[in-house]
Amino acid sequence: MSSTEPFIHLDGLEKTFTVRRRAGLIRREKREVRAVDGISFGVERGEMVGYIGPNGAGKSTTIKMLTGILTPSGGRLRVAGIDPSRERTRLARRIGVVFGQRTTLWWDLPLKDSYRLMHRMYRIPDARYRENLDRYVNLLDLGDLLDVPVRQLSLGQRMRGDIAAALLHDPEVLYLDEPTIGLDVVSKAKVREFLKDLNGERGTTVLLTTHDLTDIEQLCSRVMVIDHGRLMYDGELAGLHGVGESERLLVVDLERELPPIEVPGARFVRAEGPRQWLAFPAADSAAPLVAAVAAAHPLVDLSVREPDIEAVIAKMYGGTREERRESLR
Amino acid sequence: MAETTTTTPVAGDDPPRPDGPSRTDDSRTDGSRTGDSPAYGVLGDSLRTYRMVAAMWIRSTMAYRVSFALTLFNSFCVTFFDFVVILLMFGQVKGLGGFSFAEVAFLYGTAGTAFGIADLTMGSLQRMGRRVRDGSLDTFLMRPAPLLAQVAADKFALRRFGRVVQALLVLVWSLFLLDVDWTPVKAVLLPVTVVCGAVIFGAVMVTGASALFWLQDAAEVTNAFTYGGNTLLQYPPTIFAQELVRGVVYVVPLAFVSWLPALYVLGRPAPAGVPDWAAFASPLVALVCCGVAGLAWRAGIRSYRSTGS
Ligand SMILES: Nc1ncnc2c1ncn2[C@@H]1O[C@H](COP(=O)(O)OP(=O)(O)OP(=O)(O)O)[C@@H](O)[C@H]1O
Ligand SMILES: [Mg+2]
Repeated sequence: MSSTEPFIHLDGLEKTFTVRRRAGLIRREKREVRAVDGISFGVERGEMVGYIGPNGAGKSTTIKMLTGILTPSGGRLRVAGIDPSRERTRLARRIGVVFGQRTTLWWDLPLKDSYRLMHRMYRIPDARYRENLDRYVNLLDLGDLLDVPVRQLSLGQRMRGDIAAALLHDPEVLYLDEPTIGLDVVSKAKVREFLKDLNGERGTTVLLTTHDLTDIEQLCSRVMVIDHGRLMYDGELAGLHGVGESERLLVVDLERELPPIEVPGARFVRAEGPRQWLAFPAADSAAPLVAAVAAAHPLVDLSVREPDIEAVIAKMYGGTREERRESLR
Repeated sequence: MAETTTTTPVAGDDPPRPDGPSRTDDSRTDGSRTGDSPAYGVLGDSLRTYRMVAAMWIRSTMAYRVSFALTLFNSFCVTFFDFVVILLMFGQVKGLGGFSFAEVAFLYGTAGTAFGIADLTMGSLQRMGRRVRDGSLDTFLMRPAPLLAQVAADKFALRRFGRVVQALLVLVWSLFLLDVDWTPVKAVLLPVTVVCGAVIFGAVMVTGASALFWLQDAAEVTNAFTYGGNTLLQYPPTIFAQELVRGVVYVVPLAFVSWLPALYVLGRPAPAGVPDWAAFASPLVALVCCGVAGLAWRAGIRSYRSTGS
């Protein structure tokens, strides 16, 4: 293994699930679900990467393989030089995992007892443990919750408890699978702030999946989009705008109601009284278009609206796979 | 204890650990990860984990002392009535398949103690089917501790100790009633039998639990072998069909848990044409069973598929 290998390295990673389902009274039909279908990427130490995609894209499956919970069906995978499924317990000491959908704490025990058990299980030095616990209790407001059994915690409280638990042993990398799911605005902000500091101060590598794009906008400079188990995009969040047939909108306020404006390089979208919306490719300049419209129509006001990142991604998720892959070339 | 991750790192496979770019606090260098040291084999790690998790559950059950005492008493009674059946039977007949009451009590005691110990330590494996089905096994797989120890110690139920105590009392009682020429060999064979028997039962439980990775309803089959096997072994082999006896010698080797060594202690011939030296084969059989259980368990983990959400 060369020392230049990225901290997290996937090479053609695959996971196929065989699902059986009824086909008739007794006969059963086997079908293969390619949950992860040849994904390759590298993440360097200290990076904070968003991993997004529509439901069923294969995000959670990837994270489970990165953790060693699932054994890949094909491809190569290394985290800190370790093959997760073969040396799961050795890797476990160096990673932290938070599944938003499921607690990693002991359901029937008070939060405090779960932490105490982690302390021993991960062999965290006493001083370090106390220091970390104090810090996280403080930052995540866990003080009043330590004596409460996990099953009695609300979703948001539990999530904060889980995040602290995943970090007590100072993991080098943190996987977060939908850590802000079901949180209120204040809690979300708190969790984001916390993660940002963690990454900034401790240099913890973070891989984050979410359906809330604000998480990505505020935390990640790099984003990977997957769909149907394939990597569709890997780069800066801003770069997503240039992907596919992303468009900007020209909003034109005319003096009075007029028939749809027709100018070359733009497409009429809709009209509402004297206001009209025109779409044009995001990569084109707005100036010639504005000039052309102004020359032929009585203008009152006009503005350009940048493409909404959500809309861009919705579009990516929406089309057929072939279309999108073409558009990414 | 057979969940083995390669403990000796392949030379070239060790991660290069460039110090993190902005890592100023040095308390998190390799010193804090003493657990990586290969001095802790998988077995040692498993025992440590088991102790840790079990201790935590005991502490949390002990918080409700009265309720614990009641469940312990209940467990004792349930198994006691089990034995009352045999007592009542001997009120009607002089012998059972040519065995006296003392001899049947001896069989009951050895099998019951071995099973009780296995059930106390490994009984939680039964509930693993649910964890496989709902995917909550994920949580255990994230931790730096052997999975088998975590699952086996999960919700450790000290109340199962009631069964061990009851069987042990019957065993001790039978020793007073029995009319056996004790030799040093027999005296050593008895405790060895109980320990090996517990290991064999434990291995069967682990093998059964491994099957849960593929068939989440396999628990009933496993119970047939463990609980069923225990009941079978409590009676003399002479009252069962030869085929059944051969089955528990050669197929699922439960006969080695207690029957074969116990019959030797009682000075009776081995059943179903099994050679007499088989009475001493329990340790070997236990070892083989552990090997099979270990392989099955490993294969099970590798085919674990979690859930979609
Ligand atoms: N244990 C499993 N058995 C069978 N199929 C599975 C299993 N786990 C996941 N899948 C399938 O694999 C695909 C990817 O699932 P995965 O959970 O990775 O999606 P995801 O990207 O996390 O989606 P979401 O955003 O909804 O959480 C889905 O089609 C799912 O049905
Ligand atoms: Mg998911």
